[in-house]
Amino acid sequence: MRQAPASLLRNVFGQVTAWVDERVDLSGLRELIRHKVVPVHRHTFWYYFGGMTLFLFVIQVCTGILLLLYYRPSAEGAFESVQFIMTEVQFGWLIRSIHSWSANLLIATLMIHLFSVYFLRAYRKPRELTWVTGMLLFGLALTFGFSGYLLPWNTLAYFATKVGTDVAGQVPLVGHFMTRLLRGGDDVTGATLSRFYGIHVAILPLFTTAILGLHLFLVQKQGMSVPPEIERSGHPIPTMPFVPNFLLRDLVGWLSALAVLGALAAYFPWELGVKADPFAPAPAGIRPEWYFMYMFQTLKYLPAKIGPIDGEIVGVLGFGLGGLFLLLVPFLDRKTARGEKSPLFFWIGVGIVTYIVVLSVLGYVAPGGR
Amino acid sequence: MERLASSRRGFVNFLLGTGFGAMAVWMLYPVIRYLIPPTSGEPTIASVTVPWKPAEIKANSGKIFKFGGQPGILVKTPAGELRAFSAVCTHLNCTVQHREEKQDIWCACHNGIYDLNGKNVSGPPPRPLEPYKVNVKGDQIVVSRGA
Repeated sequence: MRQAPASLLRNVFGQVTAWVDERVDLSGLRELIRHKVVPVHRHTFWYYFGGMTLFLFVIQVCTGILLLLYYRPSAEGAFESVQFIMTEVQFGWLIRSIHSWSANLLIATLMIHLFSVYFLRAYRKPRELTWVTGMLLFGLALTFGFSGYLLPWNTLAYFATKVGTDVAGQVPLVGHFMTRLLRGGDDVTGATLSRFYGIHVAILPLFTTAILGLHLFLVQKQGMSVPPEIERSGHPIPTMPFVPNFLLRDLVGWLSALAVLGALAAYFPWELGVKADPFAPAPAGIRPEWYFMYMFQTLKYLPAKIGPIDGEIVGVLGFGLGGLFLLLVPFLDRKTARGEKSPLFFWIGVGIVTYIVVLSVLGYVAPGGR
Repeated sequence: MERLASSRRGFVNFLLGTGFGAMAVWMLYPVIRYLIPPTSGEPTIASVTVPWKPAEIKANSGKIFKFGGQPGILVKTPAGELRAFSAVCTHLNCTVQHREEKQDIWCACHNGIYDLNGKNVSGPPPRPLEPYKVNVKGDQIVVSRGA
């Protein structure tokens, strides 16, 4: 008798499934669940980061929708509305802190996912499109971060946006046009805030949903990639069922991420800072979010002129080329595509990671203020 | 008969394709124009009177003022001379500030340094700050474009 509620639930679930099954054939889905497996080898650990990023994205969508209920996108009301969320709305501080922290963790897990895929060469044929959609998602995540950063309309965000949109203005020929298009005018104003808001809550979610859908479809269709070194060893590779074995392990990761998020949000609530004032100087110690730090630090080190060209143009072009290289790496790395070893691309990857890490650390420790 | 049918079909397909293509352009054009922000109708300001009296500004200090929609910086040199510049850093658009202890103009964003003549002396700024003309009329300070 004590088990009645559980068995009743199972019964109802079974009946509903049978009802649906009779109308829309579910056998395909059942087959997929039964046959989906994950290869088990010494690099299986890295498979968890994609799912972790997806989990954090779901958290972003949920908390983002909640924030929408109180947030007001105007230069006059934005800062005050976030202040209201943080101080008056019950658990508002928690929702906003989770949104900010989760955004940062998402970029971190996304970077780990990206570089683990890079070093395990999972981008090689037939998964070029999965890599390209993944890189596009990375770009979208950074744009999410950049546009969301402005929304509280505080001093740091204001100057970060001035600099960020001016960087876009350094692109030869179309730069000025781009800056105006991004800012909704010549300067960073309430018009910029409206624009960034629209980008953050409508345009980016639309593109992200579409590209993420394609990315996940491709992952389903092609299964997990096995690193070439393990494929080359010639031994049969053991697998584990996705449902429930891998999924339950995934779940442990997600619960851990949730615990970390909760702790961070509770012990280190995200700061709001000072309301943006277009007629105050940029404050000392100003810096962007950590994931833009290496670019920011590079711009600090570049001299005013490199040959005949302005230093920052060289910087912007350099980062553009770096991004393009990563986007096209499945098509550039011919050796891996042929199934051979490709040490050059390994060392390029090491170079990129080292550059990002060193410049980011310098951004936090190098002197350069007053 | 078949050739006629296929050429007819081809013709209809061509009409449909170009029709839809033209419709896409016709619908996209206003959207693209909509995305480009209108140029602001604000006239360019030629001069402003800053909200301080000459006596209120001590030597070796600087203040930010509104020059139309842009920030300007008014600096009094240690010798007591008033100078004004655009406060928009020529590097990437941040707002600069005066540093008393170093007697220079500094941009906190990327550590750009200008001297008190507005000349870029160190860091990434590629050009000097745009200089303004300062006129003291009685106890009013008038800053105007074109020094």
